[in-house]
Amino acid sequence: MKTTYTLPIGPIHPALKEPVMFEFEIDGEKIVNVDVKAGQVHRGIEWIGTQRNPIQILYLAERICGICNISHPFAYCRAVEYIADVEVPEKAEYIRVIIAELERIHSHILWAGVAAHEVGFDSVLYLSWRLRENVMDLIEYLTGNRVTKAMFTIGGVRRDITKDQYPKIENTIKYYRENMGKLKHVFLDDKTFKLRCRDCGILTKDNALKLCAVGPTTRASGVKKDVRVDQAYSAYGDLDIDYITPDILTGEVKGDVYDRIVVRLLEVEQSLDLIEQCLDRMPTSGNIAVEEKIPKLLATLKKVEGEGIGRHEAPRGEVIHYVKLTGEEHPYTWKVRAPTYNNILPWIPMLLGEQIADIPIVAASTDPCLSCTNRVAIVENGKKNILTGEDLHRLSVEKTRRLMRK
Amino acid sequence: MKKTLLTPEKIVKKLKDAFKDKIKETRIETRKAGQKKKEYTNIWIKIHRDAFKKCVKYITDKIDYPHLAVVSGNDLGKNIELIYHFSVYYGHRLGEISINISVDLPKEDPRIESICDIIPGALITEREKQEMLGVIVEGIPDSRRFFIPDDFPEGIYPWRKDEKGPQKFVRDLYEGDKK
Repeated sequence: MKTTYTLPIGPIHPALKEPVMFEFEIDGEKIVNVDVKAGQVHRGIEWIGTQRNPIQILYLAERICGICNISHPFAYCRAVEYIADVEVPEKAEYIRVIIAELERIHSHILWAGVAAHEVGFDSVLYLSWRLRENVMDLIEYLTGNRVTKAMFTIGGVRRDITKDQYPKIENTIKYYRENMGKLKHVFLDDKTFKLRCRDCGILTKDNALKLCAVGPTTRASGVKKDVRVDQAYSAYGDLDIDYITPDILTGEVKGDVYDRIVVRLLEVEQSLDLIEQCLDRMPTSGNIAVEEKIPKLLATLKKVEGEGIGRHEAPRGEVIHYVKLTGEEHPYTWKVRAPTYNNILPWIPMLLGEQIADIPIVAASTDPCLSCTNRVAIVENGKKNILTGEDLHRLSVEKTRRLMRK
Repeated sequence: MKKTLLTPEKIVKKLKDAFKDKIKETRIETRKAGQKKKEYTNIWIKIHRDAFKKCVKYITDKIDYPHLAVVSGNDLGKNIELIYHFSVYYGHRLGEISINISVDLPKEDPRIESICDIIPGALITEREKQEMLGVIVEGIPDSRRFFIPDDFPEGIYPWRKDEKGPQKFVRDLYEGDKK
């Protein structure tokens, strides 16, 4: 009789930053059951938010995630603006879109590098992260910071993008247009990459719908869901934009890891296109915020009552904030839902039937904003063997090498 | 097959016809954005908890398979309010409509039916509501905690604003060191 054993991975885990706990039931090399536990870094941010005023929350929202530090303030501002029925100045709407799309470019290229690392192509990791530096420089040039950009305020943005800054933006777009072909070639035409990623970690369209997956994860399975296209928010309603699904490039939807790479790389090109459209259409004059004096803005917000939701398509998928204001200093409720929250359950059908060595790339393929490698314990017949993150990574690299030799 | 998209008014009317007095309150709110001032719509519905699950089933069968973004919750004193943020008609350019369905649960009996059999993706957010607000989701396939660690005391719910809330923990943050 075959026996299975349990393989706990985490709370610090092979894919990316931040902890999550996996418990795999393993039959030989094959995964037969998966359980996910999260919360190792639950910081009670929503509770902290209810002790602060609506302006202070902006800074907290920005620090929920280092990569999505535009997405959270975007969704939060939209929720508060929705309640107060504030119409954001047109120019600010365009600046918001430009900054949000720059964030998508850097996030997707960062992810591509991580994916290459997970299958053991570290030179590709360096290549992609080298490419990413250019957009980081542009972000720093426009906002003054590489990471926490502090661009958002309720009812607008805090810094303008002026005409004399356009050439630098255009140069960066040109740089990426020239180099994306190379990156696509490296990822999509490589034989070994295909062997590792094709038909691996499949999420069917049906499962993507039922498990409420979001972002590139759901689009790679053929579900057309993208808040930017679905809803006329910010300047997205004015722009020419469509859903990115893998069949645009490959002619078919498989919902595997390869498709998720395709979607993200195509989305980088889509973002370049959106930024160009914004530069074309953005009004050159006008306010960038409804109220620049923060105490005055705060005084208005303290009188507002009501509830609202704000949504934004972050690089990883839809982020939604729910805010309830009761005319007091602090909001009554603040609920934050980051995209990975919805992409946890889809991991289960993706991982079932795969091998241990596929765990890193499959787990990383949803671009989780959660976790990072440290150690893995294999419990077999009551004996505990600790596998370090390096061991797990080694298994993954060995599989790539094995496939290359074939 | 191309679906015919209902307007927000028609959706609300359909739901009102189907559930009559079980629906206590409806609001349709639109906002404009951008240069072209295109609109998007949010529907807010307050429904009696007996009819809630039937309502979700009705939306699934008669309108569109809804995407459940998350369930948020408010402690309203006597009641706990859960708000289910659905969206329908995604996949249509500017056609998406958000439907926010809220249900009031009295604190002495905070039960709500699980919708995991209709939308399996609701599991994590239902587990979160159990541990954060102390509601009881009936028929949930997995009722373990998700975010809160196992050694966190029972009967304390971080989102509550009453005596079951976390205030004591926060005030006596240094208690642990005294031992």
